[in-house]
Amino acid sequence: MLTHEDVLTTLNSALGAGAEFAEVFAEDVQRTGVSLDDGRIESISSSRDRGVGIRVIDSDAIGFAHSSDLSGPGLVSTATSAADAAKASGANQKQRSSKDLSLTEVDVKVAPVEIRPEEIGKQQKVELLQAAEQAARSIDPSITQVSAGYNDRRRNVLIANSDGVYARDDQTKTMFSISCVATGDTGLQTGRETVGISGGFELFDRVNVEELAQQAAHRALTKLEARPAPSGSLPVVIGPGSGGVLFHEACGHGLEADLVRKGASAFAGRIGEQVASPLVTLIDDGTMSGEWGQFGVDDEGNLPARNVLIENGILVDYMWDAIRARKEGRPSSGNGRRQSYRHLPMVRMTNTYLAAGDSSPADIISSVDHGVYVARLGGGQVNTASGDFVFGMVEAYMIEDGKISTPLRDGQLVGNGPKVLQQIEAVGNDFEMGPPGTCGKDGQGVPVGDGVPTLKVAELTIGGTAS
Amino acid sequence: MTPEKLLEIANGVVQSAASNEQIEVACSHGRSTSVKAYDGEVESMTSAESMGLGVRVLIDGKQGFASAGSLDPDVVADTFAQARSNAAFSEPDEHVGIAEPDGVDAVDIDLWSDEVDATSSETKVQMALDIEKRVRTGHDKIVGVRTASYGDSTASFALASTSGIAASTRASSAGVSVQALAQHGESTQTGFGYDSARKLSDLSLDDVVTDAISRSVDLLGAKKPDSAKVDLVLEPRMVATVYGLIASTLSGDRILKGRSPFVGRVGQKVASEHISLIDDPTDHRSLAADSHDGEGLACRRNPLITDGVLNGYLHDSYTGRRSGEGSTGSAVRGVRGLPSPGVQALAVAPGSGSLAELIGDVELGLYVFNLAGLHSGVNPVSGDFSVGVEGRMVRDGELAEPVAECTIGSTLQRLLLDVSAVGGEVTYLASGVTAPPVVISGISLAGA
Repeated sequence: MLTHEDVLTTLNSALGAGAEFAEVFAEDVQRTGVSLDDGRIESISSSRDRGVGIRVIDSDAIGFAHSSDLSGPGLVSTATSAADAAKASGANQKQRSSKDLSLTEVDVKVAPVEIRPEEIGKQQKVELLQAAEQAARSIDPSITQVSAGYNDRRRNVLIANSDGVYARDDQTKTMFSISCVATGDTGLQTGRETVGISGGFELFDRVNVEELAQQAAHRALTKLEARPAPSGSLPVVIGPGSGGVLFHEACGHGLEADLVRKGASAFAGRIGEQVASPLVTLIDDGTMSGEWGQFGVDDEGNLPARNVLIENGILVDYMWDAIRARKEGRPSSGNGRRQSYRHLPMVRMTNTYLAAGDSSPADIISSVDHGVYVARLGGGQVNTASGDFVFGMVEAYMIEDGKISTPLRDGQLVGNGPKVLQQIEAVGNDFEMGPPGTCGKDGQGVPVGDGVPTLKVAELTIGGTAS
Repeated sequence: MTPEKLLEIANGVVQSAASNEQIEVACSHGRSTSVKAYDGEVESMTSAESMGLGVRVLIDGKQGFASAGSLDPDVVADTFAQARSNAAFSEPDEHVGIAEPDGVDAVDIDLWSDEVDATSSETKVQMALDIEKRVRTGHDKIVGVRTASYGDSTASFALASTSGIAASTRASSAGVSVQALAQHGESTQTGFGYDSARKLSDLSLDDVVTDAISRSVDLLGAKKPDSAKVDLVLEPRMVATVYGLIASTLSGDRILKGRSPFVGRVGQKVASEHISLIDDPTDHRSLAADSHDGEGLACRRNPLITDGVLNGYLHDSYTGRRSGEGSTGSAVRGVRGLPSPGVQALAVAPGSGSLAELIGDVELGLYVFNLAGLHSGVNPVSGDFSVGVEGRMVRDGELAEPVAECTIGSTLQRLLLDVSAVGGEVTYLASGVTAPPVVISGISLAGA
């Protein structure tokens, strides 16, 4: 992408008269996408995006500039813009003696890719979607609409900074999704399945897209029989896998050091305190092989790690990026991420999960007289300052007398993160990671993973449409 | 780069089309500045230049697309080659194709002001600092500002195709946004204020400050309410959110694929007679106004619902051909994506009465500050609607206690049919939507 020479010249231009810190983040992303909808391959698209983002930090002021121009003069011009921006935002520009920069390559473990997606012909990707569509439609004539998508992405990054860090990573992600609409007397219902790995086309040696398509179709058909979800507060059992999004939203964001510092977190100033039921151990781990939030190096040149956030209910640590860590005089936890070279990095989650407990899932369900079993949670949203959250139930059932009964139509789960953590009454021994996700924060989306075992919350508010 | 220069690049690709190919090329070039302030100081300043290219190729009814973030000649050539290769693996569809000029004249709308480029960095930095300080020190319950920012951009766009379309334009914009943190006892709440305009001097900074402060302070002490049937009072920002969602289900794409609760309902009553929805990008007062759509056709005024009756759907050239209804000039796209039919500049027509008068007529209601979980809680296929809500109860015509940790449940269909009042004053929102306040009766509020 950039030569060693280019990197040094750019860093020196960015440091200018003597800023504290300068960083070059270069990125080259290639994507392929195929989409099938309404019975035909609707589009095949490719994209290429490469450019550089340059960050200059001086006296707490950050100047940032980005451009798609990777030529020598282009890099210097972008570096100068970043230095000027730092100046305009109040950098002191103290005269510092310029030092000779020397860069040391970080030992990055680039994730292995068994089958490079770009070496697979487009025809094979097209056929994958066609096979999935036929499998879904063959289940039942009530399946009236099917859409499916295939996407792969290869992202090469180079990060270098004036502290001497020089790191490169080659990140490949491959994903498949299918969505079915079933039509019945009660209207239209949808069912969806998504799979993805940090890896290549070997994804399809591990999952059978036809089986996945049939599962999506079954989910849509099941919901045709569903009745509206009830309204009010009830005990809730959340099934393994997709419930991880609850912990991502309900407490993960509140454990991001930038939000903690701005007082926008319900967990600020609570390290060492019992913030959750003793059954809760929450971990964020960017090293999990193959998982959607995995990477070899974060977008600031720091290695990912397995970070225990909450252990047996006690708050152990927050997640950190380089800037926050620098201010507190501690190492980054490898959570500095950005959507692209056009964005400044900030504290982000990677793969966030609730560790497995001891209970059997069957015992957890049978402990509930009247409540709701959520087999699939959908997307959610949280107000990190108050801890209030909302999640969609994508697949849910009533629990009556300890048994899973009637399927429910879509509804929302509402609660408060810190309260829910205290109200976790059982954690199962059946841990699973959920489907691949995209986490949004301040307008930037990054790939993340999450997971949970079966768990029971004493009480959550269900916002159904039953009258 | 000027719009003319971009059009030259686009035309360069179009001219190299083979005789059996249809080609459409869109490109953009822009510059942007943004400043973030925190606790009296500048947190960051960003200055950026960006480019975009999207090439659509059709060969024998098969479509391929490729995009890039650069306009370098080698990248342009490679993107064109990728789009051609992608077309080869696609499946044919008789209706797919680029837009054909349809004789509708484009309105003349000026989206540009020199002011954005002419304003110094220092002034822009000062705006971010000022707005942060005004909110932080504006009320004794405000304990901080989570984010305060100023941002602007200037951009040029061009689109050319083998059907003879050649359109280009340039636009400028500036905006500020601020999120306040209010605290009282155990309760912490946030409130968001923002504005956007074509030039800095049109920004309503006082309103942004007031919004951020009152939306956070007025929610302090919010508790979970008892479940009840309530009248929902939506102020313009919330009207834009709710009716924007509903209007999106009227896109020709959703309709033709059967993914909308409004399939086959044209000419029928789908809403209360108080409701008229218009998608009108030709109204220059809307920030979403534009002369051309994403395929280079003239934008036009499209009535969607008039006095409760559904008029029709929004089409781009593909869904226009497939439905036989023709394009409504509603192709929406980023340069780097394929066009699809969508809402451009939604307007909800005004009724009568002020917001205070609307609230005064409500016996038991909920005045909504925020809706949460819209991407998971709204099913645009079935119309099921269940979202988290924060706001203040309305009791006997007066705003009462703040509430949170609750949801409202309904369907998109009922949110149209059960409208009992529409206010008389419209607001031109930063999102480009034009909306008055609206009251919807008989909504289930789920709490304790």
